[in-house]
Amino acid sequence: MENIEQTLAKQSKRDFLKYILGGSFLAWVATILYPLVAYLKPPKQAEVEVTSVKVGKLQDIEKESGQIVKFGNKPVILVRAANGELSAFNATCTHLDCTVQFRKDMGVIWCACHNGKYDLTGRNIAGPPPRPLDPLRVVVQGEEVFISKNV
Amino acid sequence: MKNKLLTIYRWIDERVELRDLIEFMGKKYVPVHEHSVWYYFGGVSLFLFIIQVVTGILLLFYYKGSEELAFESIQFIMSKVEFGWLIRSIHSWAANLFILAAIIHMFSVYFTKAYRKPREITWLTGMAMLFLGMGFGFSGYLLPWNELAFFATKVGTDIAGVVPLIGKPIMILLRGGEDVTGATLSRMFGFHVAIFPGLFVVFLGIHLLLVQRQGMSEPIGFENSPANQKTMPFFPNFLLRDLLLWLLVLNVIAILAVLFPWELGVKADPFASAPSGIKPEWYFMFMFQSLKYIPAQVFFVDGEVLGILLFGLAGLIWTLVPFWDRKSAAGQQNRLVNYVGLFVVLYMILFTIIGWLA
Repeated sequence: MENIEQTLAKQSKRDFLKYILGGSFLAWVATILYPLVAYLKPPKQAEVEVTSVKVGKLQDIEKESGQIVKFGNKPVILVRAANGELSAFNATCTHLDCTVQFRKDMGVIWCACHNGKYDLTGRNIAGPPPRPLDPLRVVVQGEEVFISKNV
Repeated sequence: MKNKLLTIYRWIDERVELRDLIEFMGKKYVPVHEHSVWYYFGGVSLFLFIIQVVTGILLLFYYKGSEELAFESIQFIMSKVEFGWLIRSIHSWAANLFILAAIIHMFSVYFTKAYRKPREITWLTGMAMLFLGMGFGFSGYLLPWNELAFFATKVGTDIAGVVPLIGKPIMILLRGGEDVTGATLSRMFGFHVAIFPGLFVVFLGIHLLLVQRQGMSEPIGFENSPANQKTMPFFPNFLLRDLLLWLLVLNVIAILAVLFPWELGVKADPFASAPSGIKPEWYFMFMFQSLKYIPAQVFFVDGEVLGILLFGLAGLIWTLVPFWDRKSAAGQQNRLVNYVGLFVVLYMILFTIIGWLA
């Protein structure tokens, strides 16, 4: 009888030690892993928020043309349709992150990577893109053309 | 001279018992049969890997891994450094030939069912090295920081990003931020010259150790046909044939590197449109081409998510073949494995060709 009790006591003592040791080991692993994982996560860089950029003079932008404009650290595409209407979109294809271009021969905004097509309102009309391009606002003040964020 | 060498040999032997090893090598035989030719592709892959290590180290002496300097430093290697064009061309050519040799090696092992018990670990380490090889290709592709590589890396890492839950953190980990920038170049450089080689060497060590320890796999039914049981000593017969082939491969690479030097292309510009005719490396082509055919939405699931999950699943099933192919392990023919393999080979070839023509 006493023997069993003794064994049980020993057992629970052993279990207790096992948990203490196992727990400390896990804690040790966590203290190693946490800084490693945190190190690999790139820090947020302070960015100057751009809300508007000046593109140039209206007369310099041909009809039926498209150009990539630097908008902060993002590329934006400015398109001028045959009727002279201007529109601007985030130039990053909604499919897999490539940068789109205007194709005069097709009359669409086109992505070379996977043959995705958008019409001149930015709507995805063919190929794999899942969403329309994000639009931006084009403002013409006198002669100057500006692109600004849609607020 | 010979006496000196003998003294050195005895000195080492006395301490580490070299004799056992030599005796072991003397007893190793390679089976000779109609499929013996496939045995050479493992050795060729190994040789090409060695070339990559040597030329890679040489390139490191001049390469500068930063957004501003990477492209220019390779221009410098190609135009100013003596034989720089040769070293860089060999590195690019041998990289592609390595993938080719490893793919042939993998398929030959698959179709002869050499992965069956007891060689499952050899197969798994081999598959790990093939995937690492593709990782080498992907990470190395960006290092020249040219237009093609820039967009290929954008697409490749964005594909990783579409995987549910873990995708986004993986993408940021690979890119070193939200976008492909100089930070991505630094990370790819780290993967390419430190992490991948380190892992690769571990798998390679296990792989080679097992090949030596277990000997070459014999085709199913080989041991039951005593008339065909021809063998060849590994040392020196097979090894010398191996070396002769390595010499031929080296010559082929030299010819390719001299006659078709690797292009550098146009420096990457994050504010330029993706150029038309953009293509990934040929060994990613079949997946790239498949993605073009998957519609944007399939049953409320994004096309790429479906595509990447399907390819991931297929890769996993393929890697686990020793565990679901029980028939081969029991020494029986398994036609299902052949049909699956044939389908995969034909699919890859077909979609690669379509991709090239497109």
